[in-house]
Amino acid sequence: MNIAVCIKRVPETAEAAVNIDSSEKHIIPDQLVFDINEADNYALEEALLLREKTEGDITLFTVGSKESDEVIKMGLAKGATRGVRITPENLDNLDAYAVAKLLAEQVKEGNFDLILTGCISSDVGNSQVGVTLAELLGIPHATLVIKMGIEDGFATVQRELEGGLLEELKIKLPALFTIQTGINEPRYASILGIKRAAQKELRVIENITAEGMKAEVVKMYYPPVGKMAEILEGGVEEVSGKLCEILKGKGLL
Amino acid sequence: MTKDIFVIVEHRRGEVRDITFELLTKGYELSRDRGKLLAVLLGFQNEKIIDKLKPFAETILNIDDERLKEFNAEYYQIVLSNLLQEKKPFITLLGQTAFGIDFAPSLSTAIDLPYSSDCLDLEIENDTVFTERQIYGGKINSRISLAENWGYLVSVRPGSIAPRDVELVAEVVDVSSPIKEDIDYRKFMQYVEAAKGEVDITQSEVVIGIGRGIKEDKNLSMMEDFAKSIGGVLACSRPVVDAGWLTKDRQVGSSGKTVKPKLYIAVGISGAFQHVMGMKGADTIVAINKDPNAPIFTVANYGIVGDLLQVIPKLNEKITELKGA
Ligand SMILES: Cc1cc2nc3c(=O)[nH]c(=O)nc-3n(C[C@H](O)[C@H](O)[C@H](O)COP(=O)(O)OP(=O)(O)OC[C@H]3O[C@@H](n4cnc5c(N)ncnc54)[C@H](O)[C@@H]3O)c2cc1C
Ligand SMILES: Nc1ncnc2c1ncn2[C@@H]1O[C@H](COP(=O)(O)O)[C@@H](O)[C@H]1O
Repeated sequence: MNIAVCIKRVPETAEAAVNIDSSEKHIIPDQLVFDINEADNYALEEALLLREKTEGDITLFTVGSKESDEVIKMGLAKGATRGVRITPENLDNLDAYAVAKLLAEQVKEGNFDLILTGCISSDVGNSQVGVTLAELLGIPHATLVIKMGIEDGFATVQRELEGGLLEELKIKLPALFTIQTGINEPRYASILGIKRAAQKELRVIENITAEGMKAEVVKMYYPPVGKMAEILEGGVEEVSGKLCEILKGKGLL
Repeated sequence: MTKDIFVIVEHRRGEVRDITFELLTKGYELSRDRGKLLAVLLGFQNEKIIDKLKPFAETILNIDDERLKEFNAEYYQIVLSNLLQEKKPFITLLGQTAFGIDFAPSLSTAIDLPYSSDCLDLEIENDTVFTERQIYGGKINSRISLAENWGYLVSVRPGSIAPRDVELVAEVVDVSSPIKEDIDYRKFMQYVEAAKGEVDITQSEVVIGIGRGIKEDKNLSMMEDFAKSIGGVLACSRPVVDAGWLTKDRQVGSSGKTVKPKLYIAVGISGAFQHVMGMKGADTIVAINKDPNAPIFTVANYGIVGDLLQVIPKLNEKITELKGA
């Protein structure tokens, strides 16, 4: 079984300050640490686990700058067969549809039985690229997949609904699934894997221009300051004391 | 030409989901002076659902087909691509939920409609559609404009619009189902219920929510001690479950549980909307986070900006003191 996995390099922003540049259309990446998108890491692991059970190749696809080679190489080190980086000239103003179109043009050449993406990218959070790609390839899909099994050309998947409820579907391959976090335990690359990755194929597609954008960022801005918590000021000792007083005053202690 | 607003009704097992009423509220506002507000209902034996929807829309387009009994993105796409191309609504609204994200991107691609997902709001200025979104984990907002077209698809984040009663009386229009053959490439099999755990976090008056900020599972025991001394139960955000540190029944949020305790203390949780949806109903919310810009501080009543590894032991000490006294 041949599997394609779409992965994206994203900044880690949970603990960092995020600043907008002077164009007001991008953030300033300089101080940020980048890594593979969280959900994509689970998608990659799912592909690796499946490949342990069946023969076949895993091809990684990314649309991004040269720096995206980092996440491709990490995937190759974990065991993927090859990588494809797509870098259009107008990389800076792609929308989800354009990304999916760029991916579709490459993925359709590959004769894949299964295509995996993350369910959401942690930077722009569209939850759009995977399902758009499925439509462009003309294959069925399921989103938010949290369990997956493959038998006789069909996949039985569980997708996550709300409140812990799941729905089980049976889907004919080739198909595309967008993978939810928690489906497996992503591995780390081994030293040997990292060495081997250097020999693996990493194809670069350049000198192309993406077309068909339908959504344009007009402006980025900082969220308006609305309701805000009362921040307790002082050292650890002081703030702990203050919080206890407040909770006690409310009868919560 | 009138510019109608369509709202795709989200329902499951006979219940209309809250997001539908939020969308109908927004749809009503957008449709004034433009056109009509229509609720689009795909389902099977829809009478009960129609009764619920009647006061919220001007028209209900009712598509009744046994194959629409459970949600299936493939059937939805057949029905909606037909309907939208025929009726040409100006804006079609749906929810950014497990339902919406499973069919909106492919539908928009199939019929070539510009689509903006997970929007907090949308605005129409001289026929151009602008949406407001949150990116980078809620630290940045972005304003999006959609390319000129006859119609647009917009998915809205649950909980971002306060639903209002609009007191309409909808006319029900039956639309025949365009589904011809059964689909064999995607089949709904069954629902699988969440496993029950040993503790029901929804029953506790004090809930301590821990997040990825606790960093390592060796810090769990410190949090357990804290929960015990304050008299609460330990709950968590999704990454804590993903890492296997706590079981799924402890997860708070859209894909976990909704809690409404007297006190919720979020420790090392950034405040992603999927988490916030599950705890914003708490009476008092305290957030402990080392990042002063963490979105959780816009949800909390009280905040401590600091390292949880220092704050929690100190708090624990003070509470034990107070309780002992
Ligand atoms: C479809 C879908 C459903 C989802 N459902 C849920 C759900 O039900 N529940 C849920 O929680 N999430 C859910 N998520 C995930 C959600 O989007 C976020 O990824 C998640 O809530 C983030 O968890 P977190 O705040 O613990 O981690 P992060 O966002 O990584 O935040 C960690 C925080 O810890 C702080 N921190 C780090 N170290 C320290 C320290 N030493 N002291 C103090 N603070 C520190 C950081 O500043 C940061 O704010 C869902 C996502 C999707 C796509
Ligand atoms: N630039 C990209 N390159 C490769 N895959 C991507 C890219 N952007 C998004 N994806 C894939 O699509 C998923 C959903 O992304 P999004 O629609 O941006 O939320 C991600 O988890 C990735 O698997």
